[in-house]
Amino acid sequence: MVNQGHAHDNAEIIRLENVYKIYQMGVQEVKALAGITVSFKRGSFWAIMGPSGSGKSTMMNILGCLDRLSSGRYYLEGQDVSGLDDDALSELRLRHLGFVFQSFNLIPQLTVQRNIELPLYYLGWDSTRGAQRAQELADEVGLGDRAHHRPTELSGGEMQRVAIARALANDPQIIFADEPTGNLDTTTGEQILELLKKLNRQGKTIIIVTHEAAIATHAQNKLHMLDGVIDRIEESADETN
Amino acid sequence: MRQTKILRNILLGMENLLLHKLRSFLTMLGVVFGVGSVVAMLSVGEGASKEALEQIRKLGSNNIIISAKKSAEEEATSTQHAHMSIYGLTYEDHHRISESFTNIQRTAPVKLMRKDSRLRERAMELRVVGTTPEWFKLVPRKVLAGRVLIPPDEDKQAPVAVLTEFGARKLLATEHTIGETVRIGGDQFEVVGIVKSESGQAGNIQIPDQEIDAYIPMTVARNYFGDIFAKETSGTRVMEKVELHQIIVQVDEPKRVEAVAAGIERMLEKFHKKEDYAVSVPLALLKQTEATKRTFSIVLGSIAGISLLVGGIGIMNIMLASVTERTREIGIRRAIGAKRRQIVFQFLIETTVLSTTGGIIGLGVGALIPFLITYFSGMVTLMTLKGILLPLLISMTIGILFGLYPAMHAAKVDPIVALRHE
Repeated sequence: MVNQGHAHDNAEIIRLENVYKIYQMGVQEVKALAGITVSFKRGSFWAIMGPSGSGKSTMMNILGCLDRLSSGRYYLEGQDVSGLDDDALSELRLRHLGFVFQSFNLIPQLTVQRNIELPLYYLGWDSTRGAQRAQELADEVGLGDRAHHRPTELSGGEMQRVAIARALANDPQIIFADEPTGNLDTTTGEQILELLKKLNRQGKTIIIVTHEAAIATHAQNKLHMLDGVIDRIEESADETN
Repeated sequence: MRQTKILRNILLGMENLLLHKLRSFLTMLGVVFGVGSVVAMLSVGEGASKEALEQIRKLGSNNIIISAKKSAEEEATSTQHAHMSIYGLTYEDHHRISESFTNIQRTAPVKLMRKDSRLRERAMELRVVGTTPEWFKLVPRKVLAGRVLIPPDEDKQAPVAVLTEFGARKLLATEHTIGETVRIGGDQFEVVGIVKSESGQAGNIQIPDQEIDAYIPMTVARNYFGDIFAKETSGTRVMEKVELHQIIVQVDEPKRVEAVAAGIERMLEKFHKKEDYAVSVPLALLKQTEATKRTFSIVLGSIAGISLLVGGIGIMNIMLASVTERTREIGIRRAIGAKRRQIVFQFLIETTVLSTTGGIIGLGVGALIPFLITYFSGMVTLMTLKGILLPLLISMTIGILFGLYPAMHAAKVDPIVALRHE
C-alpha cells in the first residue's frame, strides 16, 4: 500500500530559504519569522518547539500553506510555493496536506463520518464513495462504530482520532499537528501520539508543534525556536526510526 | 454529474437550515408575504383581463354600439303633458353609416318595443326587437332550436319571430313551440327559432341582447308598429317617436374600431341637433380594465416590493449573524482546502434555499388571497403558470441578491484567525 522506498527516501519534502514573516502592528514591525532556513526530509517526524511568542505557530501556518511569507522561498516537494495565490494554496492543502488541531476543530453539526468525508467533498468525490472511504478511515482509527455520532457525543481522545481520520482522507504526504495533545489527558495523549507515530512508520511526514518537551521526545527531530529564529536543531541520525 | 453536485449542495443547505427551524422560518416570513402579494397581484390582474376578454367576446370585439338616448333638454321637457319626444337614431343614420365607411363590414339597426304577447294561454309583455338578419352575425349566439332571421323574411315581410332564451322562458316555449303562432301586439307571428342569450354588464356597456325577448324582421316591425310609442310613466302617458334605438356596427379589424367610432361620432354630430345618441366601443373596456389592473398592481406591487425588500434584508441580516456564528466552521473548511468561491457558493445556496422555500410557502399563502378576494368581492381571479413561476423566480433572485454580501463576507474569513476563534 505504502511505497516503502519512499518511507526511507532521504529526499527533502520541505525546504525554507531565508524566510521572513513580518506583521505590521500599527507603526511597529513585528518579525514573527526572521530568516528561517531549514529542510525536512520525506517521511521524517519533526517537533517544532519553543515558548509562546517564539514564532512556532507562524512557522506552522507558513509550512501548512495557511499563510504567505513576507520574503524568502518555500519549496514544497521541490515546487516553489512562495508566490502562490489563495486558490492555489487551497488546492495544495486540499491535495497534499492534512491538519490536526489542539481543539480538534470538528464541525459540530456534522456526523463523524461527514466530518471525515469533508476533504473528499471538496476533492469532488461522489457521496457514496466518500462515505465508504470515511467509514474505512473511522475503522482505521478505531471509531468504526461511532461513524454516525456527532462530535459532541465523543470524548476528547475520540474527537482527536476523528480529526486524524479527516486529515488522512485526502491521503496527504504531510500531516501537521498543532498541540495535538494539548486538550487531552496524558494517557489519551500518548495514544494519539502512538497513532501519529504509526502513520509516520507508514511513510507520512509528521510535523507537530508543541511547547511540551515530553511530547517532543516522540519525534526523531526537534526544531527549537526563539524570537522568530531557529535556536537549535536536534536531528536524529536514526532514519529508520 | 454537475447536476447531482448542485442537488447535493442544496440538500446540505437544507440540512443546515433545518438545524435552526424556527430561525429559518422567521427569516423567510418576509419573502413569504412578499411572494404572497405577488401571486395575489398577478392572479387579480389575470382574472381582470380574462373577464374583460370574456365581456368583449359577448359584445363582439370588432363592434361599435350606437344607442339612442334622450338628450338632456328633451329629458327636461318630456314631463309636460301632451308632448311628443322625438329623439334617437334614424333610418337615415343607419343608411349613412353603412354607406360611408369602407372599413365597416356590416351593420344592424335595432328597434325596441314592448308588446303584450300571448302564446297559447300564456300572456306576457315581451321586449321585442325589430332588426335585420345581420344582427345574428354581429351578436353571434348559439341557436337552440329552429333558425334565426334570414333575408327572405325581411324581403317578404314575413311575420316570423325568433325568441331568445329569456323570451322563451317567459312564454314557457320549448323547442316544440317552433311553428306555433305567437301573438305580438295585435298581430300573429310564427315562432321560427330560439336562440341562446347572454346577459350582463361590461363596464358601462350593456350586452346587446340582455333585454330582448323576441326578434322580428325590421320591415315587419316598421309596417306593423310604426315609430311612435306610448310610454306610461308614473301615471302620465308620454308619447315618443324613435326610429331606431340602436345601431350595431362591425368593423373589419380591431385596430380600426376606434377610428371608425370617432368618424361615426363626427357624422352624427353633424346631423343631430341634440346629443341624443351615445357611441360605445367594447374594445375600450380593455383600457378600462387595464386601468383597474394597474391600480391593483400598484397597491399589491408596493406591498410585495416592501415585503420582499424587508424579507431580503432580514435574510441578509440573519445570514451575516450566521456567518459570524460559523466563523470556525468556515475556517476549518478553508484549512482543509475549500476555496473562497466554494464558501461563497455554500452560503449562497443556503440563502437561496431559504428564500425559495419562503417563496413556495408564499405561493400557498398567495393562492389563498385571490380565493378570499373572489369570495368577498366577487372579482374574478386567475392563477396562471406565469403567476406561479414568476414569484418563484423572484424569491430565488432575492436569495441570490441578498445572500451575496453575507457569502462574500464568509469567504473573507481568514482560516488562521477563524481556527483560534472560540
